[in-house]
This record gives sequence, C-alpha cells and structure tokens, in this order.
Amino acid sequence: MKRRVMLALLIGSATGGAVRLWAAEQPVEIKISAKKFEYHPNKVTTKVGQPIVLVLTSQDRIHGFKMPDFGLRTDIVPGQETRVSLTPDKAGSFTFFCDVFCGDGHEDMDGTLVVEA
Amino acid sequence: MQHVDRRDFLKLAGVAGVTFTAGLFAGRPASAQAGTDFHFVQFSDTHWGYSGAANPDAEHTLEKAVATVNGLASQPDFIVFTGDLTHTTEDGKERRARMKRFREIVSELRVKDVRFMPGEHDASLDKGEAFKEFFGATHYTFDHKGVHFIALDNVSDSAAKLGDEQLAWLAADLKQRKPDDQIIVLTHRPLFDLKPDWDWTTADGAKAIELLMPYKNVVVLYGHIHQENHHMTGHIAHHAAKSLIFPLPAPGSQPKRAPLPYDAAMPGLGTRDVTVAQKVSLVELPVTKS
Repeated sequence: MKRRVMLALLIGSATGGAVRLWAAEQPVEIKISAKKFEYHPNKVTTKVGQPIVLVLTSQDRIHGFKMPDFGLRTDIVPGQETRVSLTPDKAGSFTFFCDVFCGDGHEDMDGTLVVEA
Repeated sequence: MQHVDRRDFLKLAGVAGVTFTAGLFAGRPASAQAGTDFHFVQFSDTHWGYSGAANPDAEHTLEKAVATVNGLASQPDFIVFTGDLTHTTEDGKERRARMKRFREIVSELRVKDVRFMPGEHDASLDKGEAFKEFFGATHYTFDHKGVHFIALDNVSDSAAKLGDEQLAWLAADLKQRKPDDQIIVLTHRPLFDLKPDWDWTTADGAKAIELLMPYKNVVVLYGHIHQENHHMTGHIAHHAAKSLIFPLPAPGSQPKRAPLPYDAAMPGLGTRDVTVAQKVSLVELPVTKS
C-alpha cells in the first residue's frame, strides 16, 4: 500500500493534481446479499464516475443479478463471492433483479442502484 | 372469407372482444388457401393454484374460460396452452397435485386435441420434470393443414434460455422447411427483448429469431406478460396473449411489474381464437362472468 501511495504522489507531482483523481478512482466495495426473494440491501447509492465493485453472495440457492442498463448479469452461487465491477457513466435510478427463477416471489426480487450526478 | 364469418359470428354471439387482424401471413401462397382455413384457441398463464388478492375468483376462472370456449358454435381444430399452467410451488407433491387438478379441469374441453407447453412456474424449479410426467415433451413440432407449428421451451432452464441443444434442434427442423412455408412458433416468454428490466425476454431468444428470419411466413404466439402485445422483429410478428389469472401492466407503464388491481368484470383476462387463412386473425375471448 505504501508503494502505491508513493507512486501516486510521484505521478501527482508530475501531473499537477493527479493524486486526487487517483484517490477518487479507488473502487468502493458494496456488499449485497441475496436470498428468496430479496436483496439486502435493495437500494445502494454511488456517484457518476465512481468505480464500484458489487460483492454478491447468496444465502440459500442460485440467484441471478441482472442490471440491463449497464449490461450486467451474473449468477450468484451460494458459498462463494461474485464480484462485479462497474463505473457508472450516467446518473439515475437503475433496477437490478433476479433473472434465475427461484419460486413464488421471484418476480418481486429486485433492487435499485441510485447513481448521483 | 371464413375468418371474417367466424369473427362476425363471435361478435353477434356477444363472446368476442377486440379483433386484431393483420397480414401476418402476407406471403402465404394461394395454393395453401383452398380448403385449408382453420382456427385454434390459445390459452395462456392459467396459473392454477394461485391464491391472492389479484384474483379472488382464481378457483373458478379457468373453469369459466373452458365453458366459454366450449360454447363457441364453431369449435376450434385444437387448443394450445402457452405455459404457466400452474402457479409455482417448491413442494413437488403440491406441484403435481396442481397439475393433476389442472388436467382434470381442462379435460372438460369439448375439443380433445390439446397441446401443452410449460411456463417458468411449471418447469423452472425442477427442469420440467413434473411437467413431462403429466403433459409430455416441453418442446416439439406438429403440422396442421399445411402449417408447421414449433413449440419452444424457454423456461425449463431457470435462466430463461433455450439452450444450444434446443437451438440446434430448431435449426435442424427449419432446414426441412421451404422459405415460404407457414410457420407458427409457440413460446412462453417473448423471444425478443420486450422489457429487459422486467425480465420480459429470453436470454438467447435472438438466436432463435435469427434462425427464423429466412422464412417469409412466421408468426410467434406467446404468453408470460399477461396482456395483449403486438410486435414486429423484421417481418416476424409476435403476439402475446392475455392470461387467465391477473393482468400485468403495460411494459414500463408503472415502476414495477406488479399485477393490476382486481376488477370483478375481469376485462384483462381471456383466451384467444386464432384463425389461419390467407391472413391470420386474432379474436380475443373474454372470460364470461357466469
């Protein structure tokens, strides 16, 4: 970590202000847990240009995670972390939902990613 | 023309709803017309076993629809059910009990040539195992009076895929067809991206559409979205049918795809009469109250 900070400082001194940019681009991890028939949390917030990593886990069975507005989809398999990287390039509220049919309540299993300007 | 006569009769009998007529088989050759006109009825999304506020009459709606179709003066040549015959349950024993009761109810149909297809509520939790026990194969073809029917299964895979194996099967079947053959495809979910953020799509449906594109006369009939919807992908027409349990909102008309509030007159529920002549005509058959 110290080497990365030093490298950033060096780059910053050479480019006049790149350090802040470098710091701002550090991915933020957001943990989302899935179970029948909900995500927790079901509303997460970030900002335009902020890299995020969604760390997805399942408490019961295979679920899906699909967010068409950003072209994302993955399975969420119990017993393992599924990591999805995203840097939102637009503001708004974007739906994600389970696209692996999981029972009576599947249709209600969704959430929202809020991207602030 | 035969389909016009039947439509007029249905209206006179007070049975039929809105008629949707389009040149769906615009390229149907004249040689296919003489003596080969026919009609069939599409049921979809009966969800037998559902219990909830969206349809307090759920125990009787299917029976009423059966009675409506049995009351048609001109009985259809056959009947197709395009999926979600039963409402899902994680209890395999209960799933089979629902399928058994569903089969008993529809056995009252006067027409005995009945074709069944699964929806995700029937087949996604057990890969179609129970469905096959009661209703047979989940994808198949049949021919009727010169029209080739292809029933596709986009629900037994819980990720809403047709899958490479079924796509290869489809490709092999289509290779036997001529470019101007009349083809009616039956599916549960839409093959195209109707509303991806409501999951109204098929993950690999575009591959099926690509396979169908070389054929001039293709119509796709499906269910899943619990409402009429008419859409074209190139020259291929896609028509969604109403359900027999509760209507869902028009794509994007509200934030979530939650069922519309119950209306005792059940205006959003019904079956559909499909007439195949020079054109294909769709006549909606609302559920009658009694």
